[in-house]
Amino acid sequence: MQKIAQSGNDGKSVKSDCSVKIMLKSTGGISINLKSKVKKYFGNSIVELCKKELKYFGIENAEVEIIDSAALDYVIMARIESAVKKLIKTKKEYLPEINVIGHKETKKNQLRRSRLYLPGNTPKLSINAGLHSADGIILDLEDSVAPTKKDEAKILVRNSLIKTNFYNSEKMVRINQLPAGLDDLDYIVPYNVNLILIPKCESAEQVLQVENKINAILEEKKMTSTIWLMPIIESALGVVNSFAIASASDKVVALAIGLEDYTADIGASRTNDGIESFFARSQIMNSAKAVGIQAIGSVFSDVNNPDELRKYVKDAKAMGFNGIGCIHPRQIAVIHDAFTPTEDEIIKAQKIVDAFEDAKSKGLGVVSIGSKMIDPPVVKRAEQTLLMSKI
Amino acid sequence: MIEKMTKNALGRMIPEKINGEKVIPFQGVGKYKPTGRRYAPKTKSVADFPADGNKIVESLKVALQKSGLKDGMTISTHHHFRNGDLIANMIFDIAHELGVKNLRWFPSASFPCHEHLIKYLDDGTISHIEGSMNGALGKYCSEGKMKKTAVLRSHGGRYQAVQDGEVKIDIAVLGAGCADSFGNANGLYGDSASGLLGFALADSQYADKVIVVTDNLVEFPCIPWQIQGNYVDYTVQIEKVGISEKIISGTTRITKSPDRLLVAEITAKFCDEVGIIRDGFSFQAGAGGTALSIGNYFAQIMREKNIKARFARGGSNKYLVNMLEEGLVDYILDGQTFDLEGVRSMAENSNHVWTSPFTSYNYHGKGNFAGMLDVVILGATEVDVNFNANVVTHSDGALLHGIGGWQNCLFSKCTILPIPLFRNRIPIIKDEVTTLVGPGELIDVIVTERGIAINPRRKDLLEKVKDSKLPIKTIEELKSEAEEICGIPEKPKLGEKIIAAIKWVDGTVIDVVREIKK
Repeated sequence: MQKIAQSGNDGKSVKSDCSVKIMLKSTGGISINLKSKVKKYFGNSIVELCKKELKYFGIENAEVEIIDSAALDYVIMARIESAVKKLIKTKKEYLPEINVIGHKETKKNQLRRSRLYLPGNTPKLSINAGLHSADGIILDLEDSVAPTKKDEAKILVRNSLIKTNFYNSEKMVRINQLPAGLDDLDYIVPYNVNLILIPKCESAEQVLQVENKINAILEEKKMTSTIWLMPIIESALGVVNSFAIASASDKVVALAIGLEDYTADIGASRTNDGIESFFARSQIMNSAKAVGIQAIGSVFSDVNNPDELRKYVKDAKAMGFNGIGCIHPRQIAVIHDAFTPTEDEIIKAQKIVDAFEDAKSKGLGVVSIGSKMIDPPVVKRAEQTLLMSKI
Repeated sequence: MIEKMTKNALGRMIPEKINGEKVIPFQGVGKYKPTGRRYAPKTKSVADFPADGNKIVESLKVALQKSGLKDGMTISTHHHFRNGDLIANMIFDIAHELGVKNLRWFPSASFPCHEHLIKYLDDGTISHIEGSMNGALGKYCSEGKMKKTAVLRSHGGRYQAVQDGEVKIDIAVLGAGCADSFGNANGLYGDSASGLLGFALADSQYADKVIVVTDNLVEFPCIPWQIQGNYVDYTVQIEKVGISEKIISGTTRITKSPDRLLVAEITAKFCDEVGIIRDGFSFQAGAGGTALSIGNYFAQIMREKNIKARFARGGSNKYLVNMLEEGLVDYILDGQTFDLEGVRSMAENSNHVWTSPFTSYNYHGKGNFAGMLDVVILGATEVDVNFNANVVTHSDGALLHGIGGWQNCLFSKCTILPIPLFRNRIPIIKDEVTTLVGPGELIDVIVTERGIAINPRRKDLLEKVKDSKLPIKTIEELKSEAEEICGIPEKPKLGEKIIAAIKWVDGTVIDVVREIKK
């Protein structure tokens, strides 16, 4: 049995996090060595928290070293739990008190223009993330978390879902690629998540595996939450199977595309104009729309280039996509703005809707502007445009 | 030693004497009025000065000796060269070499480059500092190591103290980017150009001896003469008065932090909604990252509305200069030039005007500009539920910043403090600030990333936002929101010893700072 374990992070650039090292002993009780930037303000409460948590896990004799860079309690709790779980086998979870504010269910067809990726094991980025009005916030367990940190990230993301107020953003978690991702669900599903992203999805079967696991967890916890699914297509096979994936479950609300992995998979390099992924994007968009769900574009990762970002979003919008991913809060306003209809589009849409209302009130079966006939789908699109313009 | 203490008008306990001199406790805003006349330096005769006007002596050391440098004197310097200042360190190197002791250093501000002076505080060359205290000097002072009590004043308070004779300067040493042999000087030209020399105005007028030091001696006349040679005793030419790349402040860049940008955006929206941003308005925004981006949002709003501001108070910098040149503001009334664009504009553009703490801030005068401003944006380290604010110490009581023009600016028509709700887990809104530097009755609005609190005294502002979509909350709500996230912090324990006094703009003492416990 291992006697020493460490979790969390410390170092010069680390903020709002802590490193916890626990050394199990056979005698001597608990001794805690705390180094903290905020020791004068929270030193006593951190020590108390640590003692209480170790007691909860039945640890009676240990030397603990905590190097704290102003972590919030839920982060410290997660780091201690992670270290403990490297030392002893336990199914117990040390949960923060559930935050009563901030959780609500989301709708299948709600706006998903922007989704902000946050690395799941970096607490400083999540504290204020909800203030920036992204349509969705993704706590990522997959590519942004180092392989050796996967276990502690799960516990931290769980606590973050419980404790952090993400305000009006839809709370999303990207689990790991299956099968590992299925184990992530135990930490996520019971705790206020709205949507699960399934990375590198290649088959309808994978969607069903996730859905079944979610249902099993909810049943066991006697919960009735609605948890949506967003498969991310990142391979040639995934593109080919995209329609089956989109229609695998009525919990699937959108298909997303991940172009970094996709271009690697087909042996091309990713270019700005995206000729190499044109087919894949069209296919994903088409599969999604065939099932009546949203199509979501890939992440735009150049944080310092708002002009390119705007063009990228306009292109995505022109193709029929409903949203894209981003990695920095400063990108959100640009994305929302670019998805918002232009004044010309609004005027045109208003004319169409007015003509439709006019025809309806006159009992006319045919809608027309001047000599031009207006088909019902055109009216529907115009209504959509007006809806988007009012956000 | 147990000091006799009295309670001032804000309930702060103030000793009756500081450094052996009697103290007037703060009596309320606008309550204390001095009587008598201003201080005046000794009368001089032209007969005692060189007939050809050439006041050059061969070195700073000689100038100091000729000025009669001796134990217990008050030596003043200025922070126009900011962290690139070489003069203050030079002066005390010379004093140390000459074995002079117990000097009072009276800078308009100190910077990290002055860490060099700690050894002279240790060996008694300097007895204490009256000026801003931060970095290593702040730490030294906070740990109770300075032999006497520090005194912190605002820029306006410094002018007031000199003018009222509260601080009598024996020798003022004025570093200048450009000067002539008569002592006329400006900060506009040369390798050590710093823009203006306004902080040295009082010293030139009231000090017993005045020395101008430059690395850029020009033939008479040095135009413009921001400092008039008629006040100057000696002129010294040296190789370098400042390190030019450090004269320019490093803080003058618009923030990239999304959280700070959010606070800036909310602040600008608030100003717009309550009608502050209208044709002909005036504003002051500092040079910190958040304040700069607020200026940027102001510019956007002015362009959209096709309006302009009558004047902006600087801290000038490239962003403010751009607004002047774009025609968004008629005048910059500049108190401190933060970058080379500011220096260039001041030299070229007659609408970019250099000012001094006399015109801008002095409270014992016949008015000042600060009160005319429609809106002022300032920072703070802490705020309390009564809107009192702290700008000099951290929540653990350690000296962090000088007061600068902060107290003086509180007199604007609307004073806004955009601050984060918490920094490093420490909530910024307290029941009581650790050090009270600004009275709540002058602080109108607190803007945080999680909401805006308006001082209940400002019923007019509350009325204007009653149907607003802005996140208006009470200050108590903001406080509990921060504590919900961070937890309730313990109050750090402070020592007994008083290490610094905080002056109000009228020379009364508004609070004192105690030593921190290690």
